[in-house]
This record gives sequence, C-alpha cells and structure tokens, in this order.
Amino acid sequence: MMTQEFVQEKIVERFGPETILNAVDFRDQLTLTVPPEKIYEICAFLKESPELQFNLLSFVGGVDRLPLEPRFEIVYQLCSVRHNSRFRIKTQLAEPAEGLPVIDSVVSLWPTADWHERETAEMYGIIFRNHPDPRKLLLPENWKVHPLRKDFPLEGSPEETPDLPS
Amino acid sequence: MRQELSRESDEKRSEPLELNLGPHHPSTHGVFRAVVELDGEIVTDIVPHLGYLHRGYEKACENKQYHQIIPLTERCDYMGASSNSLVYCMTVEKLLDVEVPERAQVVRVMMAELSRIFSHLFWLGTHGHDVGAMTPLFYMLREREEIMNLFELTAGGRLMPNYLRIGGLIRDLEDGFVDKLRAFTEHFDERVDEYETLLTKNPIYVDRTKGIGVLSLEDALAYGVTGPMLRASGLAWDMRKRQPYSGYENYDFDIPVETGCDIYARYLVRVQEMRESNRILKQTLDRLPDGPIRVSKPGFIFPPQEDIKVKMEALIHHFMLVVEGVKPPVGEVYQVIESPRGELGCYIVSDGTSKPLRLKWRAPAFVNLESLAKMSKGYFFADLIAILSSIDIVLAEVDR
Repeated sequence: MMTQEFVQEKIVERFGPETILNAVDFRDQLTLTVPPEKIYEICAFLKESPELQFNLLSFVGGVDRLPLEPRFEIVYQLCSVRHNSRFRIKTQLAEPAEGLPVIDSVVSLWPTADWHERETAEMYGIIFRNHPDPRKLLLPENWKVHPLRKDFPLEGSPEETPDLPS
Repeated sequence: MRQELSRESDEKRSEPLELNLGPHHPSTHGVFRAVVELDGEIVTDIVPHLGYLHRGYEKACENKQYHQIIPLTERCDYMGASSNSLVYCMTVEKLLDVEVPERAQVVRVMMAELSRIFSHLFWLGTHGHDVGAMTPLFYMLREREEIMNLFELTAGGRLMPNYLRIGGLIRDLEDGFVDKLRAFTEHFDERVDEYETLLTKNPIYVDRTKGIGVLSLEDALAYGVTGPMLRASGLAWDMRKRQPYSGYENYDFDIPVETGCDIYARYLVRVQEMRESNRILKQTLDRLPDGPIRVSKPGFIFPPQEDIKVKMEALIHHFMLVVEGVKPPVGEVYQVIESPRGELGCYIVSDGTSKPLRLKWRAPAFVNLESLAKMSKGYFFADLIAILSSIDIVLAEVDR
C-alpha cells in the first residue's frame, strides 16, 4: 500500500512546495489543499504518473463554508486500484463580486466526474470550465437557486422555487 | 451482438426516432426517465434524466444531529438498508475515534451480509422479469420474506431495520434469532442451486444476456463503476478484502470474478456473491462472541438502556446527547464499504458542532448508472432494458 505522504512528496517534487497551501492529517487521512488554477494539472499528474495511477475517481463534491472566506471548497476523492490506496485533494474558491466561481473540469481525465460535477454545479452554483454537458442533473432546468449553499433555507422559499407547494 | 451503426447511406433511416422511456415504467425500477435515440430498433444515443426522486438528502443531513441521520441513510438504498447505516455509523465512529466492541462488529457483518443477499435476491427476481422470465421472482420473494422476518425479529423494521447506532447497535440480538439464522444459512445454498437451474443454462436467458451490454475494464474504471459490475469486468476489487472494515479480515471467503464484461457475467458474479455471503453468515454464527453491544464513551455514545434507569450519570449523558447531540472534533473523513452495489462512501466534514457541516454520499448506483449510455449504444432497444436492469439501480439512492 502506497502511503499518503509518498503522494504528497511526489506532488511537491513535481510542482514545488508552494503548491501545497495546507496539509491536514486527521484520523490517518491526509487532505491537501492546492491552488484552484493548478487543479487540472495536479489531477492529470495524479492520474497519469506511473508511480501513483489514481485511475478511479470516487467523487467530486463541494463544501460551503459560509461565513468563512474563501467560501467554497471542491473536494476530489481519488483511489488507486493498482496501489490499493486512497487520496484526497481539495481546492478553495472565493465567491466573486459578480457571477459564479469558476474551476476547471476534470471530465477529460475521469469521465465519471461528469455527473458529479453537474451535481456540484447546480447545488453550489459553481461553473466547471470545459465541461462537455453543463446541464442541470437533479434539479429542474428553470431553477435559479443553489440548494446546498448554506444561505439557502432548508424549507425552501416560494419566490426562489415557484413550482414548490407553499 | 453490438450492431453496425453506419447506416447513413440508407435514406429511409436518415431520420432518427426519439423515444421517451419512463419516468413511470416498471423496467426503470423506480422513477427514471431516458430519452433514447433509435435507428430502427438500434439504440444510437441515450440521455438519462434524473432527479424525480431527489429529496435533498444531503441538505437534510446538514440540518440534523448526528444520531438523527441514521434512519435517513437507510432510505437511500432501501434494498441494502443495513449497509447504509453501517457506512454512516463507521464514518462518525472514525470522527469520534471509537472502536466498536467485537460482538457488535460480528452482528454488523451479519446484518450487512443479510442485506446483501436481500438486495441480490430482489435484483435477480426483477432482472429475470425484465428479460421475460416470470418464475424467478416468486422464488426470490420466498427467501426474501425469510430475511425480512429475521430483520423484524431482532430490529422491528422489515425493510429498513434501523438497527445500527453510532458506537454499536441499538439492542442485543433477540432470543431465537441465532437459531433462525442458522436454519436459513443451512438451506440457503440449496435455494441458490434452485435459482441457477432456472437461469444459468437456460438457452433463452443466455441468448438475451451473453455478449450484451459489454463494458470493458478500462471503461468501467473510467466511469467509476464498482461492485459486482466491476468484478464482472474482470477486476477482483472488493473493499471487504482490499481495505477490510468491521472485522472482515477474520472471515474466509472468496471474491467472485468473471471476465465476460456482459450482463451474463454480472448475473454469475451476483449469484456467486450470495453463496459467499452465506459462507460469511455461517462464520459469524460460529464466532459470535459474548460482550457489550455498544462501546462505552460517556458524552459521545448513548449509555445502555438499563443503566439509564439506575445510574444518575447515565441518565444525564443520555439527556445531554438527546438535547445537544454528539460533538465530534473539527476534521473531515471519508469511509467506504462494499455495499451490494459497489463502493458506498460517506464523506463528513465536521466543524465541531452537533450537526455535520457537510455530508456527501458517494452512492454506487448513481455512479454506475452513468455508464448506461456507454454500455447500451449499438444494441437493440429490448437489450437496453436488460442492460439497465443489470446495473442494479435503486433510484432512491441515485437521486438521494
């Protein structure tokens, strides 16, 4: 089994120590925070490097940390079938003054990311650049709200979701 | 056989037909809609539409205390209900850093394997039904009823036992459960032989399934497919063996693997898995130790019911846990188990309060369903129904 520290060393070796913005080891699970503009390159490296081979993507998901800044996190949970190992990286996205936060899509690396990214996009209001099919997945097309954001009320609101029974 | 798609020269077929499948149709196993593009009878494209059963599960979990989430988890994959509460409880236990007592671990394995058999039985019945074999369903429901009776005996619930708790189990096994389970395990292997006489060498069934819905190993991994589907594509990838949990390393069992990559291979894998689960069940009965069914960690895990009535501290802890809930330290963990459908994962971010900041459910049915378009292009429309059922989806888990 490949250790998580080994993976971290490989990332530092390839991209330099300034790439690791934060590394938290909690209950033997390492979480690396990397800059959002490098996420595609790092994911491609993790997948294609012969020593790592993270060929199975477990999920891509979002986290909303309101009121903290930067507000959003995108989490990538990877698995290497060859080395029987799991690894997690994440990146932080601030909410821009106008429009929605943007991050590169990883669908071209792992086709399974397609639905995960579509779900994250509609639930958190995040745009995945270069996504091949950026439609909504679980929500109706006409909804303009992002229900998993912390400022969206649990019971919903009639103005924002007009087709819900009041 | 995958059909030749280059029919563009044929002018009569130049206009493709769009056909709407679902959302309400028995073969979609729930509320699932797909827009299928047909060239004659051959599927050229398929666009799935999800969300008819979306209940905002993850949002609901973020607004509930850790103990209150357990019943919600079982409503995701109601076919393998105990697997869901198992992965959730294990994730919270990892957050709290507690170790479950051995007796509870063995009983958890019992419940997880019973729900695996339960799920595979119903899959086999409905799958047979989808390809035109009516009889298997009635056979499967007979054994499924026995398992539901076992759940009812010890947990109260038949479909969703809601038997697991953070740190262990809600209560000990009911008297007579062990004997009834032993009787079940003793005759179950013969019952699997019976199912196999119906389908395994049935020429109609083999014709409908062999070489249909081929998913190569590279495609399976690229699409994140796990569970029996991945094992039917030739990779022995099972969390129970590769990253053991809940004491699975102590049991002697094999991982069934097939290399056919088609519906028939998935059928063979699931039938073999029922036999292996039965093997594990027999071993749990032999090694069931005595001891507590819940770990003791005051302030984090509920004290035993009998203590609440006689011990002041136990009552206070119980009261505080109900009112305020358990508060794990700040951190994030991801825990996986092998559910009947594949890698079932739970990712929880804790901010130190009694409600999770984020709960992400890695539902295997959701991920596996993504490969439907890849698998069904170029086959007949009737094959699409068989391919869809070979994924073994539970729409409640797909939409969450």
